Amino acid sequence: MPMRAKVASSVSRTAAALSRAAGRGDGSVIGGWIGLKIDPDLLAHLSAGRAIALVSGTNGKTTTTRLAAAAVGVLGRVATNSFGANMPTGHTSALAKAGSTPYAVLEVDEHYLAQVLEATEPHVVALLNLSRDQLDRAKEVAMMAQLWRAALVRHPDVRVVANADDPMVVWAATPPADPAQGHIPPHVTWFSAGQRWHDDSWVCPECGSTIERSEDQWWCTGCPLRRPEPQWTVEDDGVLDPTGAWHKVQLQLPGKINIGNSATALAVAAEFGVRPVDAVSRLGTVTSVAGRYAQVDRDGRNVRLLLAKNPASWLEAFDMADEAPTLLSINARDPDGLDTSWLFDVDFAPLRGRQVLITGDRAYDLAVRLDVNGVPFQHVRSFDEAVRSVPPGRLEVIANYTAFQDIRAELDRVN
Amino acid sequence: MSTESLRIVWIYPDLLSTYGDRGNMLILARRAQLRGMPVEVLEVRSDQRLPSTADIYLIGGGEDGPQALGAQRLLADGGLHRAVAQGSVVFGVCAGYQLLGTSFFAKGTKCTGLELLDLSSDRGPTRAVGELAGDVDPRLGIPPLTGFENHGGRTHLGPGVSPLARVTAGVGNDGATEGAWRGKLLGTYSHGPALARNPALADLLLRWATGIHQLSALDDTWAERLRAERRAAVAAARA
Repeated sequence: MPMRAKVASSVSRTAAALSRAAGRGDGSVIGGWIGLKIDPDLLAHLSAGRAIALVSGTNGKTTTTRLAAAAVGVLGRVATNSFGANMPTGHTSALAKAGSTPYAVLEVDEHYLAQVLEATEPHVVALLNLSRDQLDRAKEVAMMAQLWRAALVRHPDVRVVANADDPMVVWAATPPADPAQGHIPPHVTWFSAGQRWHDDSWVCPECGSTIERSEDQWWCTGCPLRRPEPQWTVEDDGVLDPTGAWHKVQLQLPGKINIGNSATALAVAAEFGVRPVDAVSRLGTVTSVAGRYAQVDRDGRNVRLLLAKNPASWLEAFDMADEAPTLLSINARDPDGLDTSWLFDVDFAPLRGRQVLITGDRAYDLAVRLDVNGVPFQHVRSFDEAVRSVPPGRLEVIANYTAFQDIRAELDRVN
Repeated sequence: MSTESLRIVWIYPDLLSTYGDRGNMLILARRAQLRGMPVEVLEVRSDQRLPSTADIYLIGGGEDGPQALGAQRLLADGGLHRAVAQGSVVFGVCAGYQLLGTSFFAKGTKCTGLELLDLSSDRGPTRAVGELAGDVDPRLGIPPLTGFENHGGRTHLGPGVSPLARVTAGVGNDGATEGAWRGKLLGTYSHGPALARNPALADLLLRWATGIHQLSALDDTWAERLRAERRAAVAAARA
């Protein structure tokens, strides 16, 4: 590593430690920010000599990154940005903090995938899904798929692990070959992790025709784009690998979606030569992920935290949550997106019959939504009031990003 | 109403549904049902024929490609024009509002609109993103509009339409006026579930559709709190 990069890396680690010591945060961003100020190429320098996997998509990337890091851990030490700090500052912090490791698994914000591909030259990139998320500032779904596709064309050597169930991902992962330009289509391993949310992929990104669906299959009615045959699939509570062997997955994380995330993690690890049979038991060591799924006991209530940031992830959260009193908390600060329109893309009907409490900066938007949805609810002013309002036992908390962080802070930054 | 029940059609949710646009359909249906009206809701995809006998048609927001495709298909179908000729109500939001006019821009190309409203849209210098508020045309007799906008277009109104509102916050059509209406056709840049924050606007559409001038009052406590909160947020941002 050049001297400038060594200094930058050292200062970065110190800043992160100071931030944590001062109680200002996880230190997962500030260190990288300072390091990159000293050496703009620090991320590339820190990446050199490591075999790296990137994990990107609208949903599930933090959890899948954690699971993939556990699986790749079979081979040796793995650096990872496990606090969900998923932009280049976070990657820089994570690699600087980890010191020299043979492997790294990095979660990447979907907007930064092209930039991080460039800086880290990964061995493999996992593409999970693309759906509407904070549209007041995020790139629209089709445009994001286009950006991914363009980035992959520039990196024909990277191995791709991609979700066969999402038409936008399949299209992004299969750019046309153009031998004249030296473009070779990337090597893609397909997985099927299931997808409850279909409302952003009714129109073919290639030709604009309607996409039809029947059970697991989907196909464009106007061009050859269709679901590729996945090599990794979910069957019951386990994962079927490309050889046809089935591996039971025993997780401490709830929901069918996390069996799907396990399939993805095993597929990523396999690209490094990890056999699923060696890695599958390690997935069960993952308990909570940056507070997601964390359980905390408070005044006789067992509080479980579920993060849901956009319509697709709310559908998954309802599937994960027990039939128990449920607190919903909604904010619309900068990291959440300022627009609450998406509340009407979510059907809250699965909550009927549960005691529902609502809170957060934008509780009234949620109140109007639940009213229209025919879901009775009670508005509370604080997390403590919510805890006092439910009987002893499980309290499920489903919150969007900053609302989740607020509650996590109340619970002493539980991880 | 054309039949026993109130018929609400959501036009092309496969193309034009980006920001919780479903909300407007759900809100109209709910407010009609709470008043004892039987309601039929129909989602018509872009590969299906559009029935021309419904009472209310909803067109939502969308990206450029789907917007252009939606306009093409509606022009080819002709069902919406027949419905308008028969006096149906049309409520267009954002991209759905633009395509009711004579022309709009999508992917850098000027596209032919449905020519149901005398207005045309082009690209503005900046994207308008944020809270939108305005005082509604007094002839419509409803309280101020509140919403969220997110669009790159600017809309120019012709003499054949009236502005829906005078802008007090945000951009709307051009920073001065917001939305447009004529007869029983109404469009707004207040995107997505615009009716969630504007129950009086929902009731206006229901009155137009049913011909009932006195709709029974509903409990709008939460919507009123939401409106007050948004009004305060806009005022605080300005201060």
